[in-house]
Amino acid sequence: MPRIKEKVIEVGLASAAVITILTTIGIIWVLLSQTIDFFSDVSIVDFLTDTQWTPLFADKHFGILPLVAGTFLTTFIAILVALPVGLTIAVYLNEYAPKSFRKIIKPLLEILAAVPTVVYGFFALSVITPFLQSIIPGMAGFNALSSGIVMGIMIIPLITSLSEDALFAVPKSLREASYGMGSTRLQTAFKVMVPAASSGIIVSVILGISRAVGETMIVAIAAGQQPRLTMNPLVPIETITTYIVQVSTGDVAHGSLEYKTIFAAGMALFVFTFILNNISYWIKKKFQEKYE
Amino acid sequence: MNSSKINRIKDNAFKYFGIACTVFGLAMLAIFLGNIIIEGIARIDWAFITNFPSRNPDKAGILPALVGTLWIMGLTAVIAIPLGIAAGIYLEEYGKKSKLATLLEINISNLAGVPSIIYGLLGLEIFGRIMGMGGSLLAGASTLSLLILPIIIVSTREALKAVPSSIKEASFAMGASKWQTVWHQLLPASFGGVITGIILALSRAVGETAPLIVIGALAYVPFVPASPTDEFSVLPIQIFNWISRPQKGFAINAASAIIILLMVTFIMNGIAMYLRNRWQKKVKW
Amino acid sequence: MNKLDANNVNVFYGSNKVIKDVSISIKQNTVTAFIGPSGCGKSTFLRLFNRMNDYIDTFKMEGKIEIDGSNIYDKQIRVEELRKQIGMVFQKPNPFPKSIYENVIYGLRIQGIKDKKILDESVEQSLKQAALWDEVKDKLKDSALALSGGQQQRLCIARTLAVQPTVILMDEPASALDPISTAKIEDLIYQLKSKYTIVIVTHNMQQAGRISDKTAFFYMGELVEYDETKTIFTNPKQERTLNYVTGRFG
Repeated sequence: MPRIKEKVIEVGLASAAVITILTTIGIIWVLLSQTIDFFSDVSIVDFLTDTQWTPLFADKHFGILPLVAGTFLTTFIAILVALPVGLTIAVYLNEYAPKSFRKIIKPLLEILAAVPTVVYGFFALSVITPFLQSIIPGMAGFNALSSGIVMGIMIIPLITSLSEDALFAVPKSLREASYGMGSTRLQTAFKVMVPAASSGIIVSVILGISRAVGETMIVAIAAGQQPRLTMNPLVPIETITTYIVQVSTGDVAHGSLEYKTIFAAGMALFVFTFILNNISYWIKKKFQEKYE
Repeated sequence: MNSSKINRIKDNAFKYFGIACTVFGLAMLAIFLGNIIIEGIARIDWAFITNFPSRNPDKAGILPALVGTLWIMGLTAVIAIPLGIAAGIYLEEYGKKSKLATLLEINISNLAGVPSIIYGLLGLEIFGRIMGMGGSLLAGASTLSLLILPIIIVSTREALKAVPSSIKEASFAMGASKWQTVWHQLLPASFGGVITGIILALSRAVGETAPLIVIGALAYVPFVPASPTDEFSVLPIQIFNWISRPQKGFAINAASAIIILLMVTFIMNGIAMYLRNRWQKKVKW
Repeated sequence: MNKLDANNVNVFYGSNKVIKDVSISIKQNTVTAFIGPSGCGKSTFLRLFNRMNDYIDTFKMEGKIEIDGSNIYDKQIRVEELRKQIGMVFQKPNPFPKSIYENVIYGLRIQGIKDKKILDESVEQSLKQAALWDEVKDKLKDSALALSGGQQQRLCIARTLAVQPTVILMDEPASALDPISTAKIEDLIYQLKSKYTIVIVTHNMQQAGRISDKTAFFYMGELVEYDETKTIFTNPKQERTLNYVTGRFG
């Protein structure tokens, strides 16, 4: 019965696709159930307002703010590095560089993107930190600055390639119109091309932020493991992701409060990235409609 | 100076700034690889590859971690490749414009943005605890499979999309069913693209550290894993472990292990790029 | 006896009516040409006969289309079976990216035929019928994409013949080819007539005049006139047909 066979195949293929939905449901269920459990022991007000995070100490505090601060500090530094450099490279490749140069650079940037993050962590700790310490006396061996910078370097290829796609998608006629009126390449790039590609560039930045927020190994290796509510980039801090790694490398019994904290921290992380991803998805959809 | 002259100077200034930024990125890559190679290359010998981890950095080796990485790569491939290709085929060829397809699409793009460590939490609870796999290779590979599934699905769809519709039409017009068309025409014609996506996804899995730490992969493994239910370590975790130690000798070990890990990922990426180029050149309809 | 019958057929793409109340009867072992300016609906109408429009999202059809007296849009009909009976050749040659041999036996392969002898025979016979055998018999394992455009199109015809259809639909089969290849295809169509019922869409009126027994002139989704080819070109009843065949528009 060929018709039944076709139907069976279709159902089989669809169930493979449905696994992705089960994954999402699984993530939300796991995070939610453990987090709800967590909040039966810890007040949600403390979680959101307490300025200390010391679940592994005798004097336990469960304020997520220090972890959030650490996460945003490293993310901020990363974007500060990645956005100007990444966007400049994108504009340069799209408006200035000869085609042959582009052909060499793009695969090299891809290599930069393919390096495992644990390797970036090693780079931050063993190259960037000693280098910065020689310039900035008194900088701690673990700090937000060097991990933020390396995270930025890691994100450059992402921002470059997405921004370049956005610039490339701008109709050629716009550029020609700008040249036709006597503009220089620089004026054309920043007064015409970049504004026209702005939504795509914004998407690249948001995805870069989302990537930095969720980045784990670089900060786990180079930023220290000391939750601290500070904006000082020179001292050890802890991010949400680092905390999860810190607990996971120790021996924590299932069902204990410590065990639940990593899910509560994971929930906070998931919410941040979920919001960022949805904003970028929404911008992308709107942007596509504009050009069609 | 008139304004057009100033504009020209600015224009040139930006050009050199652009070159500087590009060079900055590449210089970082060069410093980074150079530093690792200088630190680590001397330490690599046959004993380093065949030894077990040790308290003594000079006697420590990567055997269990390397074997663990190969196991993880293989198991992840076995789980993720069929699921990813099947889901990609469904979305591109079957599910078009249905409500389910729209939901799947939004969902997949969302999953692609979920931090890998969150997958670790999922794996810890679902595979590790509820399904009772603990910190085994199988739990690790299942977790990483879910992580790379969106990559395989998206690249499979792209590859299928690149097959000209005239091929599909011709096949349908010959009386082929949908599945026959997919199996006999679309998959062979998009093979290069599908394979490229799979290799890139697996190379991502090989470099992942955080989710495996979370599900409970070990930092110290004094045995070579021999079956999917064994506990394990992988190269990135071994590297992380060595980096975290204060002794200089372990930092050198970390650099050496990084060279091996980078060789694995670069070779995989190289093959993927090569296949992609060859495939793009070959396919001219 | 009528091979194909269309009765009061309307086709919509969304709210757009692209075929307007068309009825036509096509006899067995004849060549029928559909002519008309581009956008007149002739290709859409042709594709109704093997249900290739089914894949267009907004497609909707009213009326009845029959082959040998049975409605092909009936729920009982399996589209795959229908298409084995009604083959199609497309505007641009579209060989599969496989060997010449594999292209020809594709239809048999998907029917589950594995016997090497049957397959070999079918390849030789189909390629001979398509007047391609002598040119490719020594390189059957070569990629079909290495053939010239005209050879590719004859290969597509051979591929269609291999499943032994009774009707062959051709959608401007020579429009992408050079004059010599076109002549070969036209000769081929003439020879195939004895065994098959052929419906061909063409924008080339000389071609319609050379190869077809009957001609149908479409304009803006309507069937304006359908008659013996000779009559259409020399003595049409409708003024619009006259204007078109004498080159005043289109």
